[in-house]
Amino acid sequence: MSVISLQDGAVAIGGRPVLRHVDLEVDAGDVLALMGANGSGKTTLVRALTGLRPLATGHLDLFGVPFDRFHDWQRIGYVPQRASAASGVPASVWEVVASGRLTRRRLLRPLSRADRAAIAHALEVVGLADKAKDGIGQLSGGQQQRALIARALAGEPELFFLDEPTAGVDLPNQQALADALGVLKAQGATIVLVAHELGPLAPLIGRAVVMRDGRKIYDGPPLADHEVHAPWIGEVHAHHHTEHHAAHLSSHAPQLRSPLEARPEGSR
Amino acid sequence: MDLFSYAFMQRALIAAALTGLAAPAVGTYLVQRRLSLMGDGLGHVAVTGVALGLAFNSSPIWTAMLVTALGALVTELIRERGSVNGDVALALLFYGGLAGGVLITGVAGESASRLQEFLFGSITTITVSDILVVMALAAVVLIIAIGLAPQLFAVSQDVDFARVAGLRVRVYNLLIAVLAAVSVTVAMRTVGLLLVSALMVVPVATAQQLTRSFRATLAAAMAIGVLASTGGLAVSAEASKYATVAPGPTIVIIALAGFAVTWPVGAWLRHRRRLTSPFADVIDEHLPTEGHDHDHGPACGHVAVPHGDHVDYLHDGHRHAVHGSHYDEH
Repeated sequence: MSVISLQDGAVAIGGRPVLRHVDLEVDAGDVLALMGANGSGKTTLVRALTGLRPLATGHLDLFGVPFDRFHDWQRIGYVPQRASAASGVPASVWEVVASGRLTRRRLLRPLSRADRAAIAHALEVVGLADKAKDGIGQLSGGQQQRALIARALAGEPELFFLDEPTAGVDLPNQQALADALGVLKAQGATIVLVAHELGPLAPLIGRAVVMRDGRKIYDGPPLADHEVHAPWIGEVHAHHHTEHHAAHLSSHAPQLRSPLEARPEGSR
Repeated sequence: MDLFSYAFMQRALIAAALTGLAAPAVGTYLVQRRLSLMGDGLGHVAVTGVALGLAFNSSPIWTAMLVTALGALVTELIRERGSVNGDVALALLFYGGLAGGVLITGVAGESASRLQEFLFGSITTITVSDILVVMALAAVVLIIAIGLAPQLFAVSQDVDFARVAGLRVRVYNLLIAVLAAVSVTVAMRTVGLLLVSALMVVPVATAQQLTRSFRATLAAAMAIGVLASTGGLAVSAEASKYATVAPGPTIVIIALAGFAVTWPVGAWLRHRRRLTSPFADVIDEHLPTEGHDHDHGPACGHVAVPHGDHVDYLHDGHRHAVHGSHYDEH
């Protein structure tokens, strides 16, 4: 049974079609890398798969259940882009990771022993057990990213979505990240991650999907980093995208708005 | 302190303590979402509510709460639309609230001094039925702000994550907005509508100078809020023997004084933490120092920073590590 099944998925942002005709089947245990240039739609695809972006057309099943009727949120662990780690009030690493446990907690109940054990285990897997009491804002970028992975891990999900986990993360931290994901893979988790470059994650990846301008242009065995941007990937006849052309393609929504209008691009 | 043997002062003390407890509890979530001025804006909207209450001879507390809650919901819905210029939209709402309030008061033939009771607080004229309302509202605020803390924290910290975790983000967002409206109403008689925001935000700002976790910030902010509001009331009561000292502004000034005292401590702690955070464990090439007269040690007065399996001592832009009988530059 496929864990994710998207048929003819399309996403429109501010009325403009961004993702078009995307079909994606992900089986249990797959480790899949979504790759592509900036503005190619990889993040939008992950946001569509998690329900953060509604599908304009198409059909999405998660764990064999149509998305509208899907409520097993504890089976999903989402690691957003790191920018969201800091906020106006200090929060400790433990508190941030503990919030990942909410998928399994009932309202107005204190943390159970199982909850605490899962939080401690999640911190250990990413190697941040000794930083639990530190403020999340005091960690380096790579450590913050690991804390966000621990947060997803605390809910003990089966399916992970990671949005650019390696962006702006130094090599030792990328390695620590890869080690943590290796543990998950060994446990049979399904992982969908967005990446510009795989780096130390490369040995874990079993399958690559390359996006270009909102379409899936490649789906198959992993590619080397430089191949992803090669003009011939997924095109019947090769033509070279100039810089100007690429910049034009990435502006899906024009940046025009007045005070009361909704932000056309993204809601973050 | 024989002043507190008067019944009106006892009522004032209860109202002050409850306000000091409830306002920072909600304020913590507002500061977390970088909406520190939301309380201020809702205070402006509440002016219209108070004016409506005065105009129709009903209890200003209830009309204020109704109008403020309505304003909070509209604010939240505007914010939810994700507008970049949301702050402009909020400003429109807030000025509308203040202007509407003053206008309605005038049309209804009420005096401006009646409105002023609510703008700057009139804690010593609070009645027994007012106290009961304040108690009930404060209890609601505290139960929700503390009981649902894990959910509210997650939603305020990272909306996308909370949504994928299956939390009803919109319900929690609206809940915080309504809580803010309720605590504005609670604080209306204590510090007044124009100073409500101070009691919601200043204790949080003070607390986070010293805290590193959210729960500690929440608890400390509530403790500081109670200290400031009851302390401010006591100080203004004492000082009233010599001059006209209004309780509302006194409470706010005391809260600000608390921040002024804590801020240098917080700045020093942050500086210290930066200085002593361990250096990356990199193998340095061997660079012995020459002519080093000073003996480094745990009590030498120089900052000692962990570096791999040893410590580096910081002075004059150098990092010195003990190596046998000499020091190495690291």
